[in-house]
Amino acid sequence: MSTPTESTTPVGATPGPQGNRGLRPWSGRSGRWWLIVGLVLGFAALSVLRVVTGADDLTSSGTIRATLIALSPIMLAGLGGLWAERAGVVNIGLEGMMILGTYGAGYFGYTYGAWAGVIGAIALGMIGGLIHATATVVFGVDHIISGVAINIIALGAVQYLASLTFVGLPGGGATQSPKIPSLPTITIGPLSDGLGDLEDQDLFLVSDLASLLRALCTNLSVLVLIGLALLVLSYFLLWRTAFGLRLRSCGESPSAAESLGVAVMRYKFGAVLISGGFAGLAGGVLAMVASSNYRDGQTGGRGYIGLAAMLFGNWRPGGLLMGSGLFGYTETLGLRQGGTSVRALLLAVAVLAVVGGVVLILRRKSVGGAITIGIGVLVALVYFLIDEVPGDFVTMAPYVTTLLVLAFASQRLRMPAADGQVYRKGSAG
Amino acid sequence: MSTRLVSFLLGLLAAVLALVAAFAITSLVLIIAGDPVGEVWGEILTFPEQRNLANIINNATVLYLSGLAVAVAFKMNLFNIGVDGQYRIAAFVAAVVAGEAWLPGYLNTALAILAAVLVGAAWAGIAGLLRATRGVSEVISTIMLNFISTSVVAYFLRKAAVREEGSNTLGTREIPEGSRIPSFSIGDGPGTEIYGFIFIAAAAGFAYWFVLNKTRFGFNLRATGQSTTAAVASGISVKRMTIGAMLISGGVAGLVGLPILFGDSYSYGSTFQSGLGFAGIAIALLGRNHPIGIALGALLFAFLDEQSNPLQILVGVSPDIVAITQGVIVLTVVISYELVRRFGVRLEQQQVAKADRPVDEPKEVTA
Amino acid sequence: MSNPVPEVPAVRLQGIGKRFPGVIANDNINIDVMRGTIHAIVGENGAGKSTLMKILYGVQRPDSGTIEVDGTQVSMGSPADAIKAGVGMVFQHFQLADNLTVLENVVLGAEKLHGIGGRARQRIVEISDSYSLGVEPDELVEDLGVGARQRVEILKVLYRGARTIILDEPTAVLVPQEVDELFGNLRGLKDEGLAVIFISHKLDEVLSVADEITVIRRGTTVTTVTDPSSVTARDLAELMVGSELPQASSEASTVTDEVLLSVQSLSLPGSGARPLLDDLSFDIHRGEILGIAGVEGNGQAELVEAIMGMRERATGTIRLIDTDLSSASTRQRRESGIGYIPEDRHRHGLLLDSPLWENRVLGHQGRPPSVKRGIVDKRAARQDTLRIIDEYDVRTPGPGVLARALSGGNQQKLIVGREMSGDPILLIAAHPTRGVDVGAQAAIWNHIKTARREGLAVLLISADLDELIGLSDRIEVILRGRFVGSFDPSDVTPQQLGSAMTGAGATA
Repeated sequence: MSTPTESTTPVGATPGPQGNRGLRPWSGRSGRWWLIVGLVLGFAALSVLRVVTGADDLTSSGTIRATLIALSPIMLAGLGGLWAERAGVVNIGLEGMMILGTYGAGYFGYTYGAWAGVIGAIALGMIGGLIHATATVVFGVDHIISGVAINIIALGAVQYLASLTFVGLPGGGATQSPKIPSLPTITIGPLSDGLGDLEDQDLFLVSDLASLLRALCTNLSVLVLIGLALLVLSYFLLWRTAFGLRLRSCGESPSAAESLGVAVMRYKFGAVLISGGFAGLAGGVLAMVASSNYRDGQTGGRGYIGLAAMLFGNWRPGGLLMGSGLFGYTETLGLRQGGTSVRALLLAVAVLAVVGGVVLILRRKSVGGAITIGIGVLVALVYFLIDEVPGDFVTMAPYVTTLLVLAFASQRLRMPAADGQVYRKGSAG
Repeated sequence: MSTRLVSFLLGLLAAVLALVAAFAITSLVLIIAGDPVGEVWGEILTFPEQRNLANIINNATVLYLSGLAVAVAFKMNLFNIGVDGQYRIAAFVAAVVAGEAWLPGYLNTALAILAAVLVGAAWAGIAGLLRATRGVSEVISTIMLNFISTSVVAYFLRKAAVREEGSNTLGTREIPEGSRIPSFSIGDGPGTEIYGFIFIAAAAGFAYWFVLNKTRFGFNLRATGQSTTAAVASGISVKRMTIGAMLISGGVAGLVGLPILFGDSYSYGSTFQSGLGFAGIAIALLGRNHPIGIALGALLFAFLDEQSNPLQILVGVSPDIVAITQGVIVLTVVISYELVRRFGVRLEQQQVAKADRPVDEPKEVTA
Repeated sequence: MSNPVPEVPAVRLQGIGKRFPGVIANDNINIDVMRGTIHAIVGENGAGKSTLMKILYGVQRPDSGTIEVDGTQVSMGSPADAIKAGVGMVFQHFQLADNLTVLENVVLGAEKLHGIGGRARQRIVEISDSYSLGVEPDELVEDLGVGARQRVEILKVLYRGARTIILDEPTAVLVPQEVDELFGNLRGLKDEGLAVIFISHKLDEVLSVADEITVIRRGTTVTTVTDPSSVTARDLAELMVGSELPQASSEASTVTDEVLLSVQSLSLPGSGARPLLDDLSFDIHRGEILGIAGVEGNGQAELVEAIMGMRERATGTIRLIDTDLSSASTRQRRESGIGYIPEDRHRHGLLLDSPLWENRVLGHQGRPPSVKRGIVDKRAARQDTLRIIDEYDVRTPGPGVLARALSGGNQQKLIVGREMSGDPILLIAAHPTRGVDVGAQAAIWNHIKTARREGLAVLLISADLDELIGLSDRIEVILRGRFVGSFDPSDVTPQQLGSAMTGAGATA
């Protein structure tokens, strides 16, 4: 048998782009380590910040608990976005599907009980997903347009349904539902108290850790736990099963998938339905955990923030959790001692900017580096000049953060290659 | 039949199909909810009284500007979802400038309008810049800017506002009488006035048509929207076009809040109307980015909004049902236009095949 | 090289026919492919080869005829049927997901065979080793070069148990070293008893690797050559085209001494170690057509884009007469007098959903007659479009028709007419008659010759030997971004050209 002597090197004579790994810290096996390291460092940094600035609420268990509740709907919405985009469908309609979910929780929760509320939220979200799937996958409508349409429809539908069903009920009206029965929460009594003592002692890092653990075992809503479990389940399903591989292939190269016998349209359709379900569940969390009834305007743009968290997380569940945590945290700080905590964060931003600028200059990008350092200095000035950040600016912190993340990280992100592509069956080969 | 007549009729057909489908779906929703379908349509489809007519035209003017703003971006394949944030911050700035009255009379008005256009353009320009230089999707960035705009306006409103006597709302200083744009009446009785701003809106529509279809810049813009690769090969700078398109889109968006500002409320308060940006998207799609089409779409939406107001009282149905119709229209319009377009292309290919004289050699095989 | 030939052919096509509206793609095709052989199918562009292969792989159904695999008649309604029959296809355009690993790409759709984890990984390594494919399962496809990606496609097919492999124009995007590696792999496959079907129009390559060659012309089989050593590339070419090789133009030379385009040290870095353009220097004179020959992917497209200003990272000097265009924008270069007929007219040359008169304006938005002082003059543009339609014989009912509705040939004629109307000093024609019917092709060649006579300089890129030899005054061969051979079309032989293009004889 004749064997050519030269074909031993795996990479051909024309090597492809090298060294991409460095640009994608969040992917692959090394990615997981980065995640954990990042989390640990981030937490330690917060602890330092707390001690330096005296803003105690930065890491109190109350804050962390509130953060968990705040990050839940964002994360679930982001998961919805992730499922859809991994299959190649952009879902801007997450906000609308979340609104449908809040209504579902309100109506079914009040009428049939707490768990019915959860199912109702998911179901209504899936109806929104059904419309989006039909429009984009079956009729080939542009994904963004369909998403915008869903948001318009959902808002109108929910307002219409609310005035149809909630008016006349005790505590209800055209813009809110009656109180929904609560879902169970988990509290591990003795552990909680013990940790509480540790927290009050203001020890560097130890107390902060104690707050974290305390928040996890005190009044932790079952739904939040379910949400986190779903996150892990999503990772497992999408990256460790044949089903997940096929779904992801639809978002990376639908024509390759189809040429290998994958029912691309079916996977896309299913993924969007699942996406709607997640968004609906996010709405359910909003209505049943973050508050106790459906209220008009409850979602406040979290569907979009969820999308931003997904982008921040580079379309991976781990990163999504980090992003949701970031946004949830910023939102929580805004609601609590808002002004002082955000002011403390300004210091962190200033430091990051200066460090980042130095790194850029070292990499010979002097203009960008100089600008970044300049921004850092400005922010530091602001920090020293003011006592607390005005309420309005605190409210917009999550959105500004999103913009900044997008502006600086956009080019390092790796979106599914065929995301947003309107795919026609039979385009293979 | 000439090709122009054919394509016009096809466009009309597509729009009609879309509307019929949307109305059908809405009726379905009503039936499922147990609401009286017949009475609802009966109420909506009555000819409006003069007072309502004036409201419709006024609202349509506002919606028209919103649709125009979105359409400019659409022509470049960009989604300006931030019209909402752009018009609110622009209207706020205009209100403050006009309230300060540094210039007399209509000069003041002109200055305020200019300010609004510049601010709106700048706000959208941020998204355009991010897109052109960093590749950030303008969809997400404009949405984020919407929320940021709300906070920024709220903050500065607190600083710049003047509390009206006997009122609980915060608002900017009232625009002096000499700077207000007069309305004109179309009938007898109160509430039959139409904002004078309608002329400016019409001028904007004309400018839109002229710039896009008659100027080199407009040609470049449309070409880039159709095919970025062909545009690059022909010498167009896509980055410049992206930023330019978003600037213009934002500038037009800046006008959206002004009819109300200069014709009715005369100050910007915390209850200034919001949500006009999304309707603009629907209207631009319905009108196929054509200045007349957008006008018709705006009138339709304003009509639906106005006629559905008394639904609650008269028929016991929430007027929000119309919002469902409007959202469904977006979907049916796009689907309907696509189906009709494919039909039209096939017609044209048949015509061309006839004109192409038969050749001996076999045609190129699409292998 | 020859294994004992079994009686039953691996694949037998009998009487295959397929029509499309207005076109007969395949007509009474009869081919036998034996096990343990490499069987090549050659034919010109548009002869019907690809349609035939799609039929064999189940992507299209034949209108008539039968397919037998290992003696059993099969009906292929979809690629899944083909895979079941043991037929695997490596498409010309690879079907790979860049962001997934090799392993994920290979097991996709065939997860039931060996799972998606350790067992699958093992199997892949097994196959890779036995056929010397050198494929690593956990690499991201995106990081692989073209040759490696092709080997992944082959592995995909082998993983699913294919005993017959079809390759559609596999060498179109390979550089010579990769072509050698590929042929080595194919011989390995053949030795293991597989049947390899290989579609190509590169005669030299086919002769070097095939055991049997079937020639297709105008959709039907012309002949099957069972002893390739008995024919030459020229014989094959004659069979393919039905006549002799093209003669160089016998017109009087119009080449002058005046240099119109001068390119010095043009370089373009690539993303890896190898540059896309490597210190190119050349001149084109008034009245001269410089033809660039080369296997696709050796820098031709980049050369054109660099001259047009579409490649930011290009370095070197470009002068048009005495204007230095090295840092000018695309628009400035066009306005200085460069006309451009792009390789891919749908992506770079036309606005498909715009009327013809707007396409006339495209690329010339700064100048009359279409645009005066920033305002588009629709009437003047339409007038001029009518003139072009007339002068360049564009078959269309009018200038208001959408570009999409025209045939490829007529679209190209319009583009040629448009670019010539700008009174260019330099005309860049990249594959100007690709995908164009024969009548339009002749017309376009005439126009290019006219341009030359009228004193233009023409840069011609082509993979069509007819075109290159028939039109050029001088031919430069490009290989890996560098010029490796200068030839006179009137006395160059296909062997000389072929050797230079494939790097045989030069340092590999």
